Amino acid sequence: MAAFWYTVSIFLPLLGAVVAGLFGRFIGDRGAQYATCGGLIVSALISPFILYDVAVLGHARDVVLATWIASGDLELSWALRFDSLSAVMVFVVTVISALIHVYSVGYMEHDPHKPRFMAYLSLFTFSMLMLVTADNLIQLFFGWEGVGLCSYLLIGFWYHKPSANDAAIKAFIVNRIGDFGFALGIFGTFLLFQSVTFADIFAAVPGKADATLRFLSWDFHALTVLCLLLFVGAMGKSAQLGLHTWLPDAMEGPTPVSALIHAATMVTAGVFMVCRLSPMFEHAPAALTVVTIVGASTAFFAATVGLVQNDIKRVIAYSTCSQLGYMFFAAGVSAYGAAMFHLYTHAFFKALLFLGAGSVIHAMAGEQDMRKMGGIWRMMPWTYAVMWIGSLALSGIPFFAGYYSKDTILEAAFAAQSGAGLFAFVAGTAVAFLTSFYSWRLLLMTFHGAPRADRHVMEHVHESPWVMLVPLLGLATGAVIAGFVGYNAFVGEGRGDFWGKSILVLGPHDTIEAAHHVALWVKLLPTAMCFAGVGLGYVMYALKPEWPAALAARFRGLYLFLLNKWYFDELYWNVLAEPAMRLGRVLWKGGDGAIIDGLGPDGIAATTQSLARRAGQLQTGYVYHYAFAMLIGVVLLVTWYLLVRAG
Amino acid sequence: MTVGLGHYLTVAAILFTTGIFGIFLNRKNVIIILMSVELMLLAVNINLVAFSAFLGDLTGQVFAMFVLTVAAAEAAIGLAILVVYFRNRGTIEVEDIHLMKG
Repeated sequence: MAAFWYTVSIFLPLLGAVVAGLFGRFIGDRGAQYATCGGLIVSALISPFILYDVAVLGHARDVVLATWIASGDLELSWALRFDSLSAVMVFVVTVISALIHVYSVGYMEHDPHKPRFMAYLSLFTFSMLMLVTADNLIQLFFGWEGVGLCSYLLIGFWYHKPSANDAAIKAFIVNRIGDFGFALGIFGTFLLFQSVTFADIFAAVPGKADATLRFLSWDFHALTVLCLLLFVGAMGKSAQLGLHTWLPDAMEGPTPVSALIHAATMVTAGVFMVCRLSPMFEHAPAALTVVTIVGASTAFFAATVGLVQNDIKRVIAYSTCSQLGYMFFAAGVSAYGAAMFHLYTHAFFKALLFLGAGSVIHAMAGEQDMRKMGGIWRMMPWTYAVMWIGSLALSGIPFFAGYYSKDTILEAAFAAQSGAGLFAFVAGTAVAFLTSFYSWRLLLMTFHGAPRADRHVMEHVHESPWVMLVPLLGLATGAVIAGFVGYNAFVGEGRGDFWGKSILVLGPHDTIEAAHHVALWVKLLPTAMCFAGVGLGYVMYALKPEWPAALAARFRGLYLFLLNKWYFDELYWNVLAEPAMRLGRVLWKGGDGAIIDGLGPDGIAATTQSLARRAGQLQTGYVYHYAFAMLIGVVLLVTWYLLVRAG
Repeated sequence: MTVGLGHYLTVAAILFTTGIFGIFLNRKNVIIILMSVELMLLAVNINLVAFSAFLGDLTGQVFAMFVLTVAAAEAAIGLAILVVYFRNRGTIEVEDIHLMKG
């Protein structure tokens, strides 16, 4: 019976998507909203029971739905694997997504394509659920690609905006680069283990710990190679340094989509995948070091860029990128529980910040530039309050959600006692400072000071309707309590029972245990940094508002460097995209147009035409010429007959 | 002098050649081409009848009757086409009939 309800909670979003997507024009906007929101809310109501049953009571189970592929050695099923890891993800995804669905009803009020939007949202959620409940790599890949597709559809939802189309294509292509690595990783895993099912792989990993993989004439440590390839996929999906460029551009989609991408679905998939494959990563220490360094670098990079952005959604987007870096370096130092803990708390406050920003944008008639906001806090007190809560949680102010997870991660990084771990600790502590600084910059620029919008906009600033406020309040509650509610189970004393067999940490790697015994200054430093960031933000944007401009003018090079996001887009455009397009144009015009078409269909057609034209020119049109030709023919025939046949 | 097969064939050949020249030398009127074609058919008919009489085989004369029938039909159709053509294009000059020119 339990298996039935588990399956229902996974497939209701799909049902909602199908109903809204295919029958939206029959059931109308309202019907589509009821179908999708209803499905998600029921799923979200079931998910706490799943979490309780699976993680707390320890009833991990696999629900096999059907055999998918049985071809030679390759055998795999459609199956839902419910263990603590996936139960946490199902809980986070369905709850956050349900709130975002409800919020979308209000936010998309003036949009003419509501059923399509709701259907995409639900399909997005379903893909993510498929991803997190997969019991083999192929099904994981199915969900992975489904998420990629839905993100493409949703980022490009306003398809009449060229910038939205560009952003959608960018997200799709950058993700394909990651997927290339991921697919190679899956192939390699099958090569090494003759199976793609998690249970088989994890059982066989210890025996393959020293296996090597021969490529050309080199031998590589097999697990390191596989983990790195799989991590490339995670980097693409989770927007880590190098493949992060799509994430800020994904802001082109409607704000609920940003919230969904950043909090519940999509970007957390990479972190989840690394945690899911912890038994493999644990045996590949070199890969873990790479994960740590990439994560820490991303966290630092994104936080510095977030300092100077002016688009309210972009600031939050870079903060997501940065927080994902935290999760990765937590996983990199084997603190998978801490990574999942941060994923879970982050989901609440990041969805909250995005939906709050959406509420502000909604009120300001679509304005996203913080330089044109300010002075609106009295007009939208609820939004103002929840943005405060979100920022407090994001900064890691004590006793809000982010405080618990972030501190644990930093302590674990320090406790790892490795070079990479120390680097992550230093970078992460700096990021804690930067995060709280830009959070307060965002709050102060958006809500305080003198109004910088024009009068017309200011007159129409209004608090959002209840259908938008209720999800915000729900998320705000999560952002306040998620930390201390989950602390014990995720990373505290109860973590062994809670995670069960879903996460493997080898004995000497148990950094979470070590994290509880680090020196006091390590525990206090992140909090101190975060208060320092808040203080500096307050000084620069409330007390001395002329300082930021003066600083920007003083350090113009650095400012432009950060404003242009370390010139990653320009680099990729000049080094990769533009030459690729030039090559494409050569192949298109030269290879395809001139050679294939020129010699193929077009060439044959042109030859036939020119031959026909020449044959046509022989025709004079005069009757007697034809008669003359006939006559000559007759004469020749008779002559030939007389001379050859008769003679 | 008796009139023999050779005389008939000679007359027929002269008529046939006249018909051919009628087609090629005529630059004015399509009707003349039609008449020339008739002339050539008649020349052939003379041959058929002459050989028929000479060989004592009636088949040739029967065949000549068929040729006459077909020629009559052809003349009727040809003239009808000409009338329609004249109505449409206002001329039946041979020089002007060159719609098939490539």
